[in-house]
Amino acid sequence: MSFLTIRNLSAELKGHGVPLLRRVSLQVAAGEVRGLVGESGAGKSMIGKAILGILPRAVAITGGEILLDGVDLLQLPPAQRRRRIGASAALIPQDPLTALNPSRRIGGQITDRLVDILGWQRARAEARARELLAEVQIAEPERVLRSYPHELSGGMRQRILIASAFAAEPRLIVADEPTTALDVTVQKQILKLIQAMQARHGTALLFVTHDLGVVSKVCQKLSVLYAGMVVEDTEVRPFFAGPKHAYSAALLAATPKYTDPAASLQPVPEAVIEAVRREVADADRRAGHG
Amino acid sequence: MRLIRQILLRMLTTAVTLIGVAVIVFVVIRVVPGNPIAMMLPPGATDEDVLRLTALYGLDKSLPQQFLIWAGGVLHGDFGTSITSRQPVLALVLDRLPATLELSIMALVIAVLIGGVVALTGTRSRDSGIEAAIDIGNGIALSIPDFLWGLILILLFGVLLPVFNISGRITPSLPLNFVTNFYLFESILRGRPDLWLDLISHMFLPSLALAIPLSAIIGQVLKQSLKETMHLDYVTLSRTKGYGENHVILREALPNAILPTLTLVGVQFTFLIGGTVIIERLFSYEGLGNLAIDAVINRDLPLIQGIVILFAVIFTAVNLVVDLLYAVLNPRLRHG
Repeated sequence: MSFLTIRNLSAELKGHGVPLLRRVSLQVAAGEVRGLVGESGAGKSMIGKAILGILPRAVAITGGEILLDGVDLLQLPPAQRRRRIGASAALIPQDPLTALNPSRRIGGQITDRLVDILGWQRARAEARARELLAEVQIAEPERVLRSYPHELSGGMRQRILIASAFAAEPRLIVADEPTTALDVTVQKQILKLIQAMQARHGTALLFVTHDLGVVSKVCQKLSVLYAGMVVEDTEVRPFFAGPKHAYSAALLAATPKYTDPAASLQPVPEAVIEAVRREVADADRRAGHG
Repeated sequence: MRLIRQILLRMLTTAVTLIGVAVIVFVVIRVVPGNPIAMMLPPGATDEDVLRLTALYGLDKSLPQQFLIWAGGVLHGDFGTSITSRQPVLALVLDRLPATLELSIMALVIAVLIGGVVALTGTRSRDSGIEAAIDIGNGIALSIPDFLWGLILILLFGVLLPVFNISGRITPSLPLNFVTNFYLFESILRGRPDLWLDLISHMFLPSLALAIPLSAIIGQVLKQSLKETMHLDYVTLSRTKGYGENHVILREALPNAILPTLTLVGVQFTFLIGGTVIIERLFSYEGLGNLAIDAVINRDLPLIQGIVILFAVIFTAVNLVVDLLYAVLNPRLRHG
């Protein structure tokens, strides 16, 4: 049984009827890492936001289910849904520079969920925070816990956000392009850290990224999105050996390779785009009739 | 080190500001038409009397000379003698200051409470009919000046539905054995509800009149910055932790959204203190503002100068407090 199961999830822009997600289905088993890739606007971040209940107000879910440990989040009353998400899932956000509250100390931002939502004793939560900072290789955890975000570097803040995401031992973590906003030299370390933490804690991880290189290193499974529709859902290894879908293949071909950077910088061909668009339209039509 | 330099710089600019205010006031009230001596003497006084009195108050000397004499006195704590009451200006002014400070602070508290509730409610129900209603209410509150609110409130709660007192500061028949002139603070500290309830009954309408426009500004600006803050990543992250809307607004958004509002409140509070001049007159409230109007009517030059200087001191003090609060609330400045 998968820890996270999404079935036929559809979402649209309120009042405009513009579909943002088209009957998306995917599963993440306990302890498994699934990559979610696609171009900008394909809806990959939208899926992560839908799971965590943080969709923008302008977006409405129009159908489908999000099962977290067998319970459909969309059927729960808001307060109950929030607590359930807070207790069993977490987010590693994209930009560490904006994801920490500038007027609160780091310590409180790690322990708040443990104390307020899970009802831990403050001392226990603080001990846990120290332990977590050590785990993400932050020296002087005591000082860092008392610091404000602006006193720390971007890489350091991302480590803190990773530590915070693992604080409540969630069963699922959504990592929303967690390395995109970082310095290239820091990216690798952070990626390794997320991998190590995931492996140690056995957390299911949904890794949202546009970087297939990252997927090949971190993930076991992979969903490729185009225009809010899953065009390929597969294991990572066979995918890199030879993707089934033409769009996935073109996306893979468009990924720069370190061996030959200039030669491989090619856009997804027009013909492929047209084909996948037709496919999306067909699927919409079928869903409309069904 | 940096802090000391900042404080010194601040004191220097404050001194320059006060000197500038003193010069301008001194010159302006002597240049505008109206002669205090003529007001003091009975009709039919001889030219000789006029000259004698003019010389007595030093008004026969040149303007720079007059200023130097006055400024020299000020440096010794002597602000001159009121022409009408023949009492030291400093004593008169300090006697009335507490009444005006209490009124202004009460108005500020009311404005912050109303504005805060309005902003939080508007943020909570943003992009809905409630927010639109709040915007309209704010617009109305803002477009009516404080003295007109004073008249409206007198009509509503003093005449049609007389639940508040509309004249004076306190009922004179009460046992008025105050040690200080901070009647409200003192009666609260001494645990005398008979006194402070009466004071509040007198002060509520004038302070509300002063507070309404400011509360609309606070409500509007704070709501706007709260709404912008609500989109930020750390607010979203807090939602994923399981927190609901109220907590997210109060703990994550408010401390960061409050800074622009604070600067604005500082500036607007000085306007509010300026507004006490007319509001005190309207409610016959015996404060500095009422004293100022009497002084202007009577061409009581030393008294006008003293009052204006005191207002200038209050304004700079308010700005200083705002800057300090800003540093306290913004960790980036505290450590900077």
